[in-house]
Amino acid sequence: MGTRVEGRRDVVVVGGGPAGMAAAARAAELGLDVLMVDEGERLGGILPQCIHPGFGVHYLREELTGPEFAQRLASRVEDAGVDVLLEAHVPEVRWISHAEKGVRVLSPGFSGEVRAGAVIYAAGARERHRFEIGILGDRVAGVYTAGEAQTMMDVYGILPGRRVLVVGSGDVGMIVARRFALEGAEVVGVVEIMPYPGGLTRNVVQCLEDFDIPLLLSHRVVSVRGRGRVEKAVLMRVDEGLRDIPGTETEVECDTVVVSAGLVPRVEVLRELGALIDPATGGPVVNDRLETTVPGVFAAGNALVINDLVDHAAEQGEQAAEGAAEFLRRGGIPATDWVRLRPGEGVKLTVPQLLSGERDVWIYLRVNRPVRNARLSLRGAGREVRLPVVRPAEMVRVKLMAGEVRRAKVGGREVVAEVYRG
Amino acid sequence: MGVRVVVVGAGVVGASVARVLSRYEGLEVHLIDTNPDVGWGVSKANTGIVHGGYDDDPDRFPLRAELCALGNEIWHRWVEELDIPHAWSGALVVALEGDQRGELESLLERGRRNGVPELRIVEREEALALEPNLTPDVEAALWAPTVGQIHPVRATVAIVENAVDNGVRVHLETEIRGVKVKGGEVRGLETSRGFLEADIVVNAAGLRADELADMAGVEFPRIRPRRGEYWIFDRSAGPKPRRVLFPTPTLTSKGVVVTTEVSGHLMIGPNAEDLPPDAKDDVGNTAKGLEEVWERARELWPRLPSRRLVIRTFAGLRPEPEGGDFVIGTTEVWGFVNAAGTRSPGLTAAPAIALRVRDALVELGIELREKSRWKATRRDIESTIDLSWRERASRAREDPFRGRVVCRCNLVTEREVLEAIERMRAVGVRTPSLDSVKFRTGATSGTCQGSFCRVRLVEILAREFGVPLWGVTLKGRGSEVGVGDVKVLLRGRA
Repeated sequence: MGTRVEGRRDVVVVGGGPAGMAAAARAAELGLDVLMVDEGERLGGILPQCIHPGFGVHYLREELTGPEFAQRLASRVEDAGVDVLLEAHVPEVRWISHAEKGVRVLSPGFSGEVRAGAVIYAAGARERHRFEIGILGDRVAGVYTAGEAQTMMDVYGILPGRRVLVVGSGDVGMIVARRFALEGAEVVGVVEIMPYPGGLTRNVVQCLEDFDIPLLLSHRVVSVRGRGRVEKAVLMRVDEGLRDIPGTETEVECDTVVVSAGLVPRVEVLRELGALIDPATGGPVVNDRLETTVPGVFAAGNALVINDLVDHAAEQGEQAAEGAAEFLRRGGIPATDWVRLRPGEGVKLTVPQLLSGERDVWIYLRVNRPVRNARLSLRGAGREVRLPVVRPAEMVRVKLMAGEVRRAKVGGREVVAEVYRG
Repeated sequence: MGVRVVVVGAGVVGASVARVLSRYEGLEVHLIDTNPDVGWGVSKANTGIVHGGYDDDPDRFPLRAELCALGNEIWHRWVEELDIPHAWSGALVVALEGDQRGELESLLERGRRNGVPELRIVEREEALALEPNLTPDVEAALWAPTVGQIHPVRATVAIVENAVDNGVRVHLETEIRGVKVKGGEVRGLETSRGFLEADIVVNAAGLRADELADMAGVEFPRIRPRRGEYWIFDRSAGPKPRRVLFPTPTLTSKGVVVTTEVSGHLMIGPNAEDLPPDAKDDVGNTAKGLEEVWERARELWPRLPSRRLVIRTFAGLRPEPEGGDFVIGTTEVWGFVNAAGTRSPGLTAAPAIALRVRDALVELGIELREKSRWKATRRDIESTIDLSWRERASRAREDPFRGRVVCRCNLVTEREVLEAIERMRAVGVRTPSLDSVKFRTGATSGTCQGSFCRVRLVEILAREFGVPLWGVTLKGRGSEVGVGDVKVLLRGRA
């Protein structure tokens, strides 16, 4: 592979998943000299393990499987002339100056520091695991996160178990449940702590009902028991406050427990670099160029905010690339009196957190409970949007016009996103 | 041939005995364990503290009192010789407002009787200066600078590797079915792998030492499992204490400890729950036990991090002998030597217990002559995470496997994994287990708890051991990671 690594690059993209690939391709298409590094043996991030369809409907205007979507972006990356370094871990990004960062890379092919004018951080997320959601009992084989189970099956060709209990009814949990069913495993249930399913209704029908997989709402897995492998799981009912209801323990025989309990942005490198982290998103605070609070360092994809659509992750990659290009062209993203975008009533998180009013901007937000017939108010910007239904599982994406943002500059210097019924 | 010694139990006590005995001419030393790797019983899940020696009452528990203080001294040497990850952090035994101060005075007095150096009582202000996040309710504390911490399994591995280097033979996954005694003398062991002749059998069987003694017809106090549970936080979670923090002890236990363990994680535990005698495998975590630990820990360390930053909970069993003291030395059966009843401070005392076993052999009339060539040292696997950036990069340029990061959270490279596998083989590991790699390298024990790297470790273990991917285990036979290739069930149906 003729990849050139050494020397100073305009842009180094950390992460070769959908956000990173879109960022690298776009940056190169804008005429920049780009190096993309990724930890995997192949590009795509988590896409290669997602062999179900449903990818790219918005971004590529056709429905693809994960590997197909990855392949499209990988071809674009190649055509754009991006240099790619695989199996490359970035333990640290070092501040050298406003105009230069040092990206430290460990890989079998190259280990050293690559200097970059701008860095786009798109290292994705990690999955929450059993210990973080309080599953006690025995520490035995057969407990996997959803992504890990997918990787075992669809990248390595291992069947993790015969009788499977899935914890968490987000889209990923339901898709993994179906994936097991398709291989002939018995899925004994999908357990959801909330009183409603975490994912799309479409997936409740197509992944669970069509395969006769029971959905247990308002339940949680208290513990797993077994000697070497999981032998059973202990479930408990919870009340509206998500508190255990004593006396409702039931045991379910299974040899595998798959935990699909959400994702956490991987931001250790950004935090070490001094980037401000938003406790609501778990990702960095960014302005409307997706620049973190460290000048010249941009973020996109699940490292920025947990997305439910790959299309959004890729879109953020492109935005970050455009931001990086502007940074390089102008010697920085001009400081301005930023308008703060923050979550209010009914809203869990908003991105980007800082708006300039110089351009139209896509804002992403997530509600904290399902609302039918919802009214989204962007207070300060004077915008209201009616939405038939909003749910925590589905990111809401709204374009805010530059003029609307500027309106907030005269007011309280902030835009507050609020969601009401009716 | 000389005297054949079979040590039963490859925990830290058995390993220490094997290492000490490996020093002498004319002894053929074997180390046996039912587990697939060394250090997987009681040694696996405990607090990892090398205690000072002030806790144990020399009148009631003379062996504990003597061997703890001596063991602490020996560990100071062993961690250097054997390159065992450690931290001589010292400890504070914290007395809260009320009547606990008197207890500190008696600990101090006991420590002096036991020969523990450098103990002193620090007043509230000094205690808070030493540990600013300590509870403001502290009234005084006993400062014990000789207290330290080790990683107990890595310590056991280190000792066994060195013992093997000096000629000890290890037999893992070997179950003891009987002890052959004839004419009042030990003759050998019936095992799942056949009969093993023995002149001397050392009982270092931990939780099952009473069962082994029964097989030999030797009287032995009953051993009850006492469970202790722990919480462990992400490396980023703090505040973390610089010293080991103990509450003032009670009769049953030294109490719930707040500490920054050797790899840099805040850890709290254990409680002390007596389980029924037949629960010698129950290392499950319970809500009740963990809540108790949390509450106790908060009494010392009010600023515990959020539970969202917990990365693991675990539990271990301590072998609690009736009578409370260690059981060490010769028995009514010639050649059957005990090194058991090793409740806390068993880990601390292990090297000293090993010396007692050596003395027991002398007592039995076995002549011990030191080998002219005995290797005292052993090197640990070089951990990438402990290296500077410059060193990391230059190692990776020399060795591509050092550049391939497998465990992202703890920066474990494929080289470390391969070296762990080589060393597993050297101590006789036959079954490829993720835990064997985890305990040697730290892989899978970080923030993500292995969700990224477990399958890659499976791939490497499968390749190196020549087994299918799904045949790799978490912790021995019966804990395989998969049930077959991904089409195995569909094929079965066709």
